[in-house]
Amino acid sequence: MKKSAILSALSSQGVLIALALLILFGWLRYDNFLDPFNITSVLRYNSMFALVALGMCFVIMTGGIDLSVGSVAALGSVVSALLSSQGMLIGTLGGVAAGLCVGIINGFVIVKLRILPFIATLAAMLAANGTALLLAHDESVSVSYDGTFVNLGQGDLFGLPVPAWIAVIAYIIGWIVLNFTASGRTVLAVGGNEDASRLMGLSVDRVKFMVYVLSGGLSGLAGVVLASQFGAGQPIEGVGWELFAIASVVVGGTLLTGGVGSVGATLAGVMLLGLIFNVLNFENGLGWISLSAYWQSVIRGLFLLAVVILQSRLTSKEAKA
Amino acid sequence: MSTATTPNLPAAKAFDYKSIMLKNASLLAFLALVVFNMIYTNHFISIQTLNVNLTQVATIVIVGVGMTLVIATGGIDLSVGSMMAISGAIAPLIFLGTAVKISEIHLAVAVAMVVAIGLAGAFGWFNGWLITRFRIQPIIATLVLFIAGRGIAQVSTNGNLQPFKVPEFQWIGLGRWLGVPVQVVIMVLLVIAAAWVLKRSLFGRQILAIGGNENAARLSGIPVASVKRWVYCISGLCSGIAGLVVIAINSSSDANLVGLGMELDAIAAVAVGGTVLNGGRATITGTLIGALIIQLVRYTLLSNGVPDDVAKLVKALLIVVAVWLQRQGRS
Repeated sequence: MKKSAILSALSSQGVLIALALLILFGWLRYDNFLDPFNITSVLRYNSMFALVALGMCFVIMTGGIDLSVGSVAALGSVVSALLSSQGMLIGTLGGVAAGLCVGIINGFVIVKLRILPFIATLAAMLAANGTALLLAHDESVSVSYDGTFVNLGQGDLFGLPVPAWIAVIAYIIGWIVLNFTASGRTVLAVGGNEDASRLMGLSVDRVKFMVYVLSGGLSGLAGVVLASQFGAGQPIEGVGWELFAIASVVVGGTLLTGGVGSVGATLAGVMLLGLIFNVLNFENGLGWISLSAYWQSVIRGLFLLAVVILQSRLTSKEAKA
Repeated sequence: MSTATTPNLPAAKAFDYKSIMLKNASLLAFLALVVFNMIYTNHFISIQTLNVNLTQVATIVIVGVGMTLVIATGGIDLSVGSMMAISGAIAPLIFLGTAVKISEIHLAVAVAMVVAIGLAGAFGWFNGWLITRFRIQPIIATLVLFIAGRGIAQVSTNGNLQPFKVPEFQWIGLGRWLGVPVQVVIMVLLVIAAAWVLKRSLFGRQILAIGGNENAARLSGIPVASVKRWVYCISGLCSGIAGLVVIAINSSSDANLVGLGMELDAIAAVAVGGTVLNGGRATITGTLIGALIIQLVRYTLLSNGVPDDVAKLVKALLIVVAVWLQRQGRS
């Protein structure tokens, strides 16, 4: 337990150092890197991924995985776009509720039917995708601009984009829940050793169920932000989000075997992977080199590779010591 | 007054019946689907329907063969779609002469195929190397290539569509051999070879032993690392072949689309086919039947006027039910 705690601390510091270095690099190299415009647009866009990654972080800490987040976000965006004429509140609630429904189904299939999280959420990914396309009649659904719904994604509050506020609040709540509540500690205990937790009388099933519901709800919320930010519910959006979220969580030092994790480092992981794309854009703007947008996935992949190899090195060293 | 002894007999019989049903659930489901279609779908019994379904299912089965072996070791390969994209992107670069000029077309096609499939195999081997050398979980190790692989394919073609009309190459996706589509022949050969390997060869035994209990396998002297690397390499080779088939059918290679979502289809076929997802037990013919079931369900729904979106919901339900039944069969 102690070893893994040290490891987690190391990796989470690592991601913060890497993030700081990347920002420093950008600030020194590009003129407009720390302009308010660039900062707000990066935050606005990546807050969706941050929400999805938060739910994923909790799921992974229990030793599970949720592959359905991308298509759940797409479903959430369609539902909220369909309800957007009713105002911000109804639209948001609708999208989140859609996500919660999928989360509840995931939790039921995994906990009650005892099907591997990997397969259960894979099926949910298909089902959510099919439902989103059905509801949207296979095309994107425009959002109503009459009401207040679009403010959620496009508005600003105290100089920061509203989606960024939503993400920050979600992360603060997530941090408190993980570190200061019994349920949060149970999440880590379940991921550390499920059988032992069960024998200690912890409510393993309830916590496992809850993390999938949470992940579904947050993905639905990310979908609401998506719809309101781009003015449309997009049934085919969200492809590859699950892997981006998993990568962010891993880069943040959360172990995929469960039991160790940090909410803050996950946020840093999201920002790091998001900024790689931003830096690439600036680099192209300088005109020295011209890297197509396709390089971003190569660079992200290499980054993930470096992190997992480093993690495995650290774990094996810990094990030997 | 025969309360104590007799009730046991029918109960035992009923249990046997149930377990046989469960063991062959996928085969029974497949037969039920065929019978249903014979009755309700117009023009179902025709060579054309058979060819359409087999052609569509071939790439999933080809990838599924490699996936079955990977899953049998207790692993998973998320990168199959990306490796298809790499193979599909590289081959035209060679036979169209963009990257290297080879004047003799047959030679160019042969080199293109060998290089493309070999490259995919090398990437697969790299997956295995990551997993065994650094003890990274398969789902994460292959996630790296899932993300980076499609990028590699896109970068190497600059994201451009590569259209072509090269009959010498497209034979692999459009040709016929004794009236049977070539990719179906490849699929059948691969299924037979892999089924033989898994059942009869030492390598197959080693794969299953690793999936059953890796530590025990290591202690009994099985070269775990090398077997695993080969298994991921085979998965890469299968994906490479499938990538070539896809671009041959499309007469073009689009790095953004080739093999997109293939990992889901292949894993679904393996799961529906009855291979245990924790490893240790696997059936190649099961994967073939699993892929056929998924294909036939979709075909049945579409040809009876059900929209494709609903077909996705049904597919999701099918996967969950199949895996659940498998659990019931074991417990």
